[in-house]
This record gives sequence, structure tokens and C-alpha cells, in this order.
Amino acid sequence: MKTLILRTASNYLLPILLLFSIFILLRGHYLPGGGFVGGLIASIAFVLHAFANGLKNTKRLLKFHPGYLMPIGLAVSFLSGILPVLALDEPFMTSLWMHEAIPVLGKLNTALFFDIGVYIVVQGVTLTIIFTISESA
Amino acid sequence: MLIAILTGFAFAVLLLFGGKLVKGKLAILSTFIPLGLFIYFARFIGDVSSKNFIQQDYSWIPSLGVNLSFKLDGLSLLFSLMITGIGTLVFAYTSAYLKGHKYLDRFYGYLSVFMAAMLGLVLSENIISLFVFWELTSISSFFLIGFNNDNPASRKSALTALGITGIGGLLLLAGGVVLGNISGTFNISEMLANHHVIVGHEYYILAACLIFGAAFTKSAQFPFHFWLPGAMKAPTPVSTYLHSATMVKAGVYLLFRLSPVLGGTDFWNTTLTIIGLITMVYSAFHTLFRTDMKGILAYSTISALGILVFLIGLGTHESFLAAAVFIIVHALYKATLFLITGAVDHQAKSRDVTKLAGLRKVMPMVAIAALLAAISNAGIPPSVGFVGKDLIYEGTLHMENSVVLLTALAIITNVLISYAGYVAGIKPFVGKLPQQYENVKKPPFWLWFPPILLGALGFIFGIFPILIQNSLIKPILWSIGLEASEVHLKLWHGFTPILGLSALTIGSGILLYFILKPSQKLESFIAKFDKASPKYIMEKTTWAFGRFSAFWTNVFQNGYLRNYVSTITLFLIILMAFTLLQETTYKIDYSSFSKLTVYEIVILSILILAIGLIVFAKSRLAAVVATGIMGYSICLLFVFYSAPDLAMTQFAIDTLTVILFVLVLYRLPKYLKLSDYKMRIRDGILSLAFGGLITILALEVLAQPVNSEITDFYAKNAYLLAHGKNVVNVILVDFRGADTMVEISVLAISAIGVFGLLKLRLKSVERYQK
Repeated sequence: MKTLILRTASNYLLPILLLFSIFILLRGHYLPGGGFVGGLIASIAFVLHAFANGLKNTKRLLKFHPGYLMPIGLAVSFLSGILPVLALDEPFMTSLWMHEAIPVLGKLNTALFFDIGVYIVVQGVTLTIIFTISESA
Repeated sequence: MLIAILTGFAFAVLLLFGGKLVKGKLAILSTFIPLGLFIYFARFIGDVSSKNFIQQDYSWIPSLGVNLSFKLDGLSLLFSLMITGIGTLVFAYTSAYLKGHKYLDRFYGYLSVFMAAMLGLVLSENIISLFVFWELTSISSFFLIGFNNDNPASRKSALTALGITGIGGLLLLAGGVVLGNISGTFNISEMLANHHVIVGHEYYILAACLIFGAAFTKSAQFPFHFWLPGAMKAPTPVSTYLHSATMVKAGVYLLFRLSPVLGGTDFWNTTLTIIGLITMVYSAFHTLFRTDMKGILAYSTISALGILVFLIGLGTHESFLAAAVFIIVHALYKATLFLITGAVDHQAKSRDVTKLAGLRKVMPMVAIAALLAAISNAGIPPSVGFVGKDLIYEGTLHMENSVVLLTALAIITNVLISYAGYVAGIKPFVGKLPQQYENVKKPPFWLWFPPILLGALGFIFGIFPILIQNSLIKPILWSIGLEASEVHLKLWHGFTPILGLSALTIGSGILLYFILKPSQKLESFIAKFDKASPKYIMEKTTWAFGRFSAFWTNVFQNGYLRNYVSTITLFLIILMAFTLLQETTYKIDYSSFSKLTVYEIVILSILILAIGLIVFAKSRLAAVVATGIMGYSICLLFVFYSAPDLAMTQFAIDTLTVILFVLVLYRLPKYLKLSDYKMRIRDGILSLAFGGLITILALEVLAQPVNSEITDFYAKNAYLLAHGKNVVNVILVDFRGADTMVEISVLAISAIGVFGLLKLRLKSVERYQK
């Protein structure tokens, strides 16, 4: 779809949507949101960009194949789960919390990192599937 | 002890990286692994022989009662010494036998995995961890039998062996679970305390049958014996190590170990005695009809395993003693016979006993080893075989019933086994050396030294039986709860009936050797009966099973998505209708329903309109858009019923689905009508029935009293334990985080699947070449 309006808009929408997806991810623990939805929104941002500017440009923007996001995300999630086992000999997936709050992010915890992993995996999965299908269909 | 077991696995992993090192002249160095372990276990002989058994526990999965507990008692010490001792010789032998083989590192890797698994098996106290090691031995055996993987016969034998022993492994797991449920523990020594509970339990027969299944498949008992002759496709060191000395004795070990837990009943003793008898006589007769040295030895090994099962089945003090001694005797002479077979095969390139002769001239040391083994095999004094055979007769003579029958069958088996030993151990070395073998080279040191060492041990233990009596035999009897102070192993008992039986056996064996010559004729004679053999029946069953699954797949996996959907729907309809029509009360409590609002009516009308649009759409794009409308309408319903998380996710998913559809549809050919009216009506009925049933189901669920315990728990603890206010998200990332972990893994796998299916298609050239 080569419309000037969409193309121009998508260039501004991409960062805003990505920011929004991170916002959704972070608020997940207290308000509606979370890694899964966040990841989907981020994917939609890229797909919208691909619609307006063509897949090649989006891929150039990404610099690497979205498939790589999957192992990275899985590793982040798994590490956040295994950390309590390694560090404190607690059962797998025990969530650990920092005592002090950090500005903006609040109290850091392993559950948040787990959710970040989910966020990354979902993006990797969605983009891989959509990119692959649209390239070879 | 855990470290001792893990050494083999660690060595195998190291070979992945440093495999090149052991391929050359350094191959012999790998012998230090089993040798070191042998010395490690030998150090415990003192402790064990003074009834000081060693136990070590490591918790593994305590919540399931599965722990890595290891116990070194008499029985496991004997097996550990056999595994590491014969392992040492086999490792050294391999360095000469497979010298310069391009996959030598792989071979050593499999061997050491096997060694570690076998050690774990005999040391495990916990029946579940025993099962794990049991399966590992089956798997490593599979790789070793199929080591020459460019030979189709090797691959087939490997699959047969894996199939048979794999089924046995599953039976062992099932048996272990049944035993665990009856006795409340997976620990074998704790089961011992519950012996009476187990034997008197209603599931006792089931548990015993499952354990029998495991032991009989592993130890090649009739009618599962046929995988073992097939396994002789493996290189000879493997046949020596796995398929005669150690792994096939795992079944015997299991029966030995569980005898005090499950044994002592008529069912246990009778079954073992009968199966043992059938196996030992049946396969002893089979040795008469073989011409391949390894084939002869394979059947005589099965026969020996039959003797062991038979002795355990007799269940008396004498028979257990005989079994304990016979395990040692058999391991010593049978390993030797296999090793000399390998040496002959390696140098003369033949294993055919009808052709081989006079080899003593070209390989004198191998001939001496073979002679020693054949003597011990035949039970001629002063070998340890004589001691062993005496004890077997003592076992049968001390029975109360059918003494004559049991003793006669034991004699027949022993005669045939000794014949097999002569044919494999003496015949290739005597007589005139045929011209074709005159240029056979002398075998290298490591091909003749291991067999001669084992053969000599058979004589040393025969002349000084006291060496094994106190260190090994007595502790074995202790470890299954028997008294052992009266055990005196002796070569000479004076003139007794047993001596007469021994003389009869030896005499008949020698006579048979001179009368009967192995020939191709005999071999082709027995081949006529192949159609009645368990092997043939099993092969036919497997073939029929393959045909059936091909038929099944063709019918149900026909590649039409619409057929899949209707099959699944139809199945669900039948399943739901069956239960719902029986148990539904059809009472709807209208008072509990909230009032319908204007929003809901609007959304519902949109939904119905969208469905109509999908069904009657004239283009794909319109149908997809209508599906999207449906999805969004459902999102709105979620919003009305305060499930914002669900609505958000559904919204995003629907958007992406529509985009995906559009991407694919864009490229498809023009819209065609593929279904006629009949099909549409059929599908319509199917959908209506499905929808109706789901509605009934939903109403039925609403009519049930709500159990809100779980909901309450999450609602209460989401903030207290997990510091989160969004219960849905807390459940996803914390309470049930492991589920989510698995789910994202599944997602990743499906994405890789899509990528693989679409991207990695063979190029047309490659496909042509295939």
C-alpha cells in the first residue's frame, strides 16, 4: 500500500507504538497488560510499518532476523526462573523482589524479567510467522 | 559413588570435543577409565565381605519419592566388578580390534555411556532411577548394535533389539509404579520390609508379571530371545561386553534383586522355573544347528541365561548359591570365547566353524585362551566351571518335586552347552591348517592378552575357590537376605552322586563333539522351522502394524483442512452428546441471569450478521473481514463483563489474524466454489449441532454450584505473596509461571515449524537428485 499518508504516519507511529507496548508490559503487574499483549502490540507496530513501507525496509530497520528474538526471550525467561534455584536454593520460579524501589520501574523483580522474556518471545514468534508467510506466499 | 557412575558419561561428553585424540595411538589410554573404576570398586571388597554395605543418597526429585540412592552390597559389587573389569579388557581389546576405524571415538563414547548406565543400574536402590539407567543401557546397546550403520542388517537388528528391550523397559516402569503404590516407597530395601504386604496384595500378580516382562526381554528369555542372536551384528567387543557378560544379565540381576521382595510364592517360582527351562533347553538345541561362531555363542548365552532364571526360580538356598557362582563362571568363559572369536575373525576374516581349522599354528596364544575357556565351559576340573556345574546339580537334586525331570533337563542343557564350547573354542584350532589360512598374521598383543587373562582367571578361581567364596559369593547371599556361613566352595567333594552326573555330562559332551559335525545342512534344516519361530511372528506383527498405520494415516490425514475440522467437530459432538444427554437436568435458573442490556443486543446482532456474511460471502476478503468483525465483537463482550486483559489480547490477536489472512489471500487464485449444496447442508447441520451442544454445556456449567476456592486463593494471595494487583498477570508470570514457560516454548517451536516448512523447501535440483 503505497499511500503517502500511511507511510508518513507509520514512521511516527512505530516508535510511539513500541513505547506503548513497553508501557503495557510494565504496568502488567498492577493493571491490565503484560508481556503477551505487549509483545503482540509491538509486533503490530512492525507489521504496520511493513504494510506502509514494504517488508524490505522494515527488515532493514530491524537489522537482524526476528527469529533470533525467540531464543533470547526464552533464555531471559528461563534465567529469571532458574535464578532463585542457583542463587538461593529456592524452588524453580520463586519470584525474588528488590527491597528498594527504582524510579519509573518500581521494585525490580524476577517476575518482571520473566514477563520481559515472554514479551520478546511473542514478538519473535509473531514476526517470524508473518514475515515468513508474506515473503513466501 | 555418584561420581564413579558419572565418570563414564563425562568421558563420553569429552570425546565429543577431543575425539581425535583417541583415534590414533592413544586409543589404549581410554582403558584407564574402566581400570580406575575397577580399582575404585575393588577397594570396597573388604568392607562388603565383612557385611558392611555402603549406602549413599542424593535427593533428586524428593516430591515424587525418586532419589538417587546407591547401595553397594554383595550383588551390586559383583556386577560392578564385572562391568568395570571386563570393561577394562574390552576397552583395551577394542584399541586393537577397531584400530584406525574412523568412528573409533564414537565407539568409545557409546561404550562408556553403556558402562556408566550399567553401573547406575546395578547400584540403584530406587526402582525409578534403576529404570532410567535400564533404558540408558537399551539405548547405548541400540547404537552399538547399529555401529556399522551402512549395513541394513545391522540397522534392522538394532531396531529389533531396541524394540524388544524398550518394551521391557516400559514394563519395568509400570512394575515399579505398581510396587511403589502397593508398598508406598520406591526404595527396594524399604520394599523388603513390606514383603508380606506385597505378596498378599491383589495386584501382586500384575506387579510380578510386569517385572517378568522386563527381565525376560532384557535377558533374552523365550519367547523374546531372538533379539540377542540379531544383536551379534555388533562388533565383537560389544557382543563380549553387552550381549554376554553384562547387559543381558541385567534381567537376571533384577530377578535376583527382587526375589526377596516378590519371590517365595508359587506363582513366582513356577513361572521362572518353566520359562528358564524352556529357554535353556530350546536355545541349547539351537546351538547344534549353527555354523557361525558368534551364532553358536549367542544361543549358548541365551541358554546360560535360561539356567540362571531357572535357578532363581527354584528359589532354594542351594539354587541361589549356584546362580551366584554361575554368573561369575559364565562371565569368565563366555567373554573369553567371544574375545577369541573376535581375534579369529579379525585375523582370518571368517567365523565359519565348518571352514576354520588348525589355527593353533598361526595364533597359539589365542588357541590356549580358547582351550581354557572351552574347558571351563564344559565344566571339566580344575576349572571354576566344574564348581559351578556341581552347584547347579546340587540345586536340582535338593528339590522336593520332579527331581529327575529337572536334573535330566539340566544335564541335557549342560551337554549341549559344552558341545557349543568345543565347537567354538576347540574346533577352529585343531586339525590341519587349510592353505588359505597359512598366511594369517599373528594377532597383536591386545587381541590375545585379554582372553588369556580371563581364561586363566577361570582356572585360578577353580583351583582356589576360596578367593571368590568370602569376597563375593557370601556377600551376594547376604544381600538377598540369606544365611551364608555354611557356604564352602570346593573342587573336590569326594565320590558323590553329583560327581557321577558331572562325569556323565562331560563324557556325553565330548562324545557329541566327535559324533556331530556342524554343517550347512543342519543349518538349512533348522531354517525350515523359521515360520513357527517367535521372531517370524514378531516380524509379521510389526509388518501388519505398519500396514495398518499407513491405512489409518491415509484415511484420516488426507490433507483437506475442511475434513480435519469436520472430523474433530464430529468427534467432539459424539463425545459431548454422549455425556450431556445422559446427565443433563435441563433446568435453567433464569433468576441468576442478569438483564440483557442494549449494548449486548447490538453486539449480538452484529455477531449474527457477521456469521451470515461469512457463510454467504462471495469473496474471500469479505469472509475474512467478517471473521474480524466477529472477533472484535467478542472483544467488546469481554469488556462488558470486565475482563480487560482478555479483551486486549483478543483484540491484538484478531488484528494479527486478519493481517495474516489478507497476506495469504492476496496471493491465492480467484475465489472458487469448492462445495456444493449437499456439503454445505451437511456442514451446517454439524455446526448447528456443535453450537447447540456447547450452549447446553455452558448452561449446565452455570447451573453447577461454583467452587471458588482456587479463585479465592489467587485473589487473596496475588498481592500478599506476589506483590501484584492484576491477578490474571500474576497467575501467568508467577503462580503458574512454569506453564507459561512451556507455552512460550511451544510458540517458539511452532514459529520454527512455519519457518522450516516455508523457507527450507528443497530446491528443485536437490529434489531431482533425491
